Parts: sequence; structure tokens; C-alpha cells
Amino acid sequence: MGRTIVEKIFDSHRVDNPFGDIHVIRLDAVFCHEITTPIAINDLEARGKDRVYDPSKIKAVIDHVTPAKDSKTAIQGKILRDWARRHKIRDFFDIGHNGVCHAIFPEKGFVRPGYTVIMGDSHTCTHGAFGAFAAGVGTTDLEVGILKGVCAFRHPKTIKIDITGRLPKGVYAKDIILSIIGRIGVNGATNRVIEFSGHAVESMNMESRMTLCNMAVEAGATCGICTPDMTTLEYLWEFVKDEFPSKEAAMAEFSHYKPDPDAVYDKIIEHNIGTLEPQVTYGYKPENVRSVREMEKTKIDQVYIGSCTNGRIDDLAAAAEVLQDQKINSGVRGIVSPATPKIFNEALERGYIKIFMDAGFCVTNPTCGACLGMSNGVLADGEICASTTNRNFNGRMGKGGMVHLMSPATAAASAISGYITNSNLYQG
Amino acid sequence: MKKFNGKVLFLDRADINTDEIIPAKYLTENSKQALKPYLLEDLELDSFLAERDIAGKSVVITRSNFGCGSSREHAPWAFEVNGINLVIAESFARIFRQNMFNCGMMAIELPREVIDRLFSVIDQKDTELETDLEKNVFKISANGKTEEIPFAISDFDRALVEAGGWVDYADLKY
Ligand code: SF4
Repeated sequence: MGRTIVEKIFDSHRVDNPFGDIHVIRLDAVFCHEITTPIAINDLEARGKDRVYDPSKIKAVIDHVTPAKDSKTAIQGKILRDWARRHKIRDFFDIGHNGVCHAIFPEKGFVRPGYTVIMGDSHTCTHGAFGAFAAGVGTTDLEVGILKGVCAFRHPKTIKIDITGRLPKGVYAKDIILSIIGRIGVNGATNRVIEFSGHAVESMNMESRMTLCNMAVEAGATCGICTPDMTTLEYLWEFVKDEFPSKEAAMAEFSHYKPDPDAVYDKIIEHNIGTLEPQVTYGYKPENVRSVREMEKTKIDQVYIGSCTNGRIDDLAAAAEVLQDQKINSGVRGIVSPATPKIFNEALERGYIKIFMDAGFCVTNPTCGACLGMSNGVLADGEICASTTNRNFNGRMGKGGMVHLMSPATAAASAISGYITNSNLYQG
Repeated sequence: MKKFNGKVLFLDRADINTDEIIPAKYLTENSKQALKPYLLEDLELDSFLAERDIAGKSVVITRSNFGCGSSREHAPWAFEVNGINLVIAESFARIFRQNMFNCGMMAIELPREVIDRLFSVIDQKDTELETDLEKNVFKISANGKTEEIPFAISDFDRALVEAGGWVDYADLKY
């Protein structure tokens, strides 16, 4: 019987099958950040088990609140920093070199097709863009991952979403994933993996695939996943070129993790995007999705461009294209957070940072910042934010605040007008 | 092993997320105990007031997709330090459910009809629940009557509850 991508990954990583549906798998990487890892570290110490299974497979970053904003966040950073030193974790990224975890780890080449990755962060599903099984876990799973290099999962059923049609101009991967969540609901893929396929996905670059997979968890999915192909290989080539004699050889290896044509899916959904309009959320659930047109004229107080969903170079490019020679509305606070130092640098070189600043945006260092309402742009009660992030939960960006999720182009256009509006890049 | 008995808190809404269970601003705490006062702080429900309704409760009964959103294990911990070790729902988000068992706590699913009935028939102010892990039944007492509701728990989840969580279980086995 044919197998899905994730079934192949599980088969090649299974350590134990202690009970019927439970599979304990070996981990190729454990990612850590300063919000969920310190408690795991403290607990390991308290148990007398302050060890790591393999320091070369653990990657850590301080990204959520950086620079530290108060004593408590300073302590969280310190616990992670001291631990990374103590265990000689070489791939540890601190201030000056740090960025949003799900942007910086792929950028460093830490994720490969067929890999298994866990992190104490729900948007770990982002890394499935590389044909990897990457799942968000809680602190206890993270703790065991650090200590033993294993994690337990139920057998991963897969929903295949076949994205068909040609994406209209001015419409982006963000709009596609919002429309999918709007269609299947916040519970639509719970305990499932979503395999994104179809011509639209094949023609996407890695940045867009990451945006797509990033929000799989908003439909409840364990992981979003894309089939590894030449695009994946080209992105990773600089990191793997010493391991393979040629690109063909690397592709042959990566191709082990293509789904079989007769793979068995829990469900197959065809999602046509040929006439998709830019999308935006309303309310407090990511499934509350409408077209921008239907939400037009909703007044906003803040615009936030950044995060693991849309803080990459293509995202800044789209926003900068809209903002070129424009000023943002005087009633709007604009904040942009390039997701990593590399992205920041590239945005500088391409002139995007100047465009943002000339338009009246505040440009922050790479960090999660406002995305989870911990720093750099917390909303006041009753304020409304047009945001390129992935969660619109009540209180997410600050108590009493409302978050509307959208693409960077829509966010930039909304910053100019002061209310939710389509960008001029979209001419539907 | 933890205790799974006591007074029930009813939360009558689907999709209650972990930001509502424990807001992100408290994720800077490095001890579980510090989370105690903030459980369900951002949950807005007509029939619910955190400062009035949480004290003395040991069990939560709620609707579908409970614990969706962020992976924060602070959510189960915030329940744990408030003395709540058992959440019963129509369904759970994967990470939250796993986190509960990983901590030696329980997240048990019951069919929608049963949950609906519990919400509509029972006097929500004064319900007590006792868990019989040998027979796999909840004994629910309300309105002066006791009824037995069977539940299912997988062998793996039971092993985690008995081991007191995943760290001890995994360290012994792998
Ligand atoms: S950018 Fe937002 S969603 Fe992404 S990891 Fe940071 S806090 Fe989480």
C-alpha cells in the first residue's frame, strides 16, 4: 500500500511502538526558544537530569522578547544562554544574531526533507515546507526530546489539500491559507497532517510554502507538509553541497520523501484559487475569514508587518512595493519587524527599510514582538491592528485588542488609508 | 498518581484557546505556582467569572476543540496549580491533550450527546465527579442523583497517568 510523506518519515524514524497507535520516533532536531525551554531546563535540573541527547541536534534562539524588556524576561534569556553554554550547543542565537525561530532555523539550513523536528512552539509546523515532519509540542515533550531525542505521536493521518488554479496578482500564500482555514475551520485538521499539493504549491518558492505551512496549526493540524522538489533543493543546496556529489544525487535522496501515487489519505480536498481575492479575518478565530472587500472601511489603529508567518524578504518586498513614495495615515502606528538579521540586511540593501521609514513606519529588530502581545507593539483596550501574523485570539496582542490577519500587501495598503483595504497590486 | 475527583466547573463554549486559559503575558513566569491567580483570565463567558467560579473546583467539563492555539504547557500547569487535574470535553486540540497526559493529568473525550446532556440537564452550580480508573467510569452527582458515565482511555495515556507523566516514563524506557 502506498504511503504519504509523513508515513515514510515515521517508518524511517520509529524507535518503538509501545501501544497500538502510538509511535515513538527518533528526532533529527530539537528547536528551543526562551519562552517554553527555561521551565524544561529547570525541571531537568530539579530531576537531576540536566543532560542533552546530542548538542549538535539542538538549536536554540532567544526570539520572543529580545532585547529583554524586564527582569523576568532577562532571567528567561539567561537560563537559556547559560544552558546553551553549559552543554556546548553551538547553534545558539543571541541578540545581534537572533531572529524569529521559524524564520532563522530554515535560513540556516537546519531543516531537510525527511527530518523529524519538535519545538515547544505550535508554529513548528512551518518547517514542513521542506518535506519534514515538524510538530509543536509542550514543555514536557520538549524536555524528553532534549534528554532522549525521541517523541511520541499517534499515527499521523493525512489530509491532502490539492491547491489548483493560478494565483491572481496581488494575492498571496497568506490569502490561500486563510481561505483554507475559513473553509475547513479551526478544528478541520485536528490530529491530522495537511499535505499541500497541486500546481500552485509546486510553483511557490520556499518562503511562500513556509507561510502556507505556518498556519496549518490554526486548522488544528499537527504539521503542514509540502513535497520536496527542485525548489527545496535549490534553497538547501548551499548547506548540503558537501554531502552529495551532485544535485541529482541530492534530489534522489530527497525524493524518498515524495508521497506514493497510491498513498491513502484521510481526505482529499480540492481548493481552487483561480478567483481568490485577498483575505482578512474578523473576530477572534482564524476561521472567521472574509474577503478584504467585505471588510473594507474597518478603521485601524496599528499595522504590524512581521512574524514567522510574514516577516520574510518576499513579505517585506510586497509591503515595500505598496508603500513606495507613500505616507502612512496619521492615525496609524506602523511597525515592521524583519524576521531575521539576514532578512533585515537584505531589506536594507534593497532599499525597503528606507521605504518603510520614509512612509512613517517604525522598524524594529528581528523579534516576535507584537505578535503575541509581549513587547514591541502591545495594543490598548479597544484598539484594532491590521497584522500579518497568524493568530487573532482575544487578547493575543494585548487585552481588549482586536487583530485582523492579512497579507503584507493588504497590511501596507491599510496603513496608507487608515482602514482595511485592498492594495493596488490586486486588480480583481 | 494524581486525584481526579471533586467539584465540576462547566465552561460552555467551543474552541477555548490556550491564550484564554493563560495569557501570553504570564509566560515570563518560571514557576508553575506563579500562574495560579491568572487561570482563564481572558475567558469571556456570560456565565463565568474567574474570581468567583474557579476556587474549589477539581474538574472541568467543556465543549469541542478545547485548548487550541499556542502549545504552552502553562495551560495544563495553570489548571494543575488550581487543583484541576481532569478536563472532559467533546474534543481537544492535539498539543493540549498530550500536554495534560504528559503531566500525569487527564483530558478525556466524551461523545457530543453526553456532553450536551451534561450541560442541559445538570445543575451546573453543584455537580461533583468521581473517577473510577479501574472500571473506566465517571460517577457524576447532581440534583441529588448519581449517574455513571463510561469513558475510554488508551493504554498509552493510562501508562502516562500511572507513571506520573512522560519524563519518567521515557527516561526509564528510552
Ligand atoms: S512570530 Fe508569533 S507565532 Fe511566530 S513564533 Fe513568534 S510569537 Fe509565535
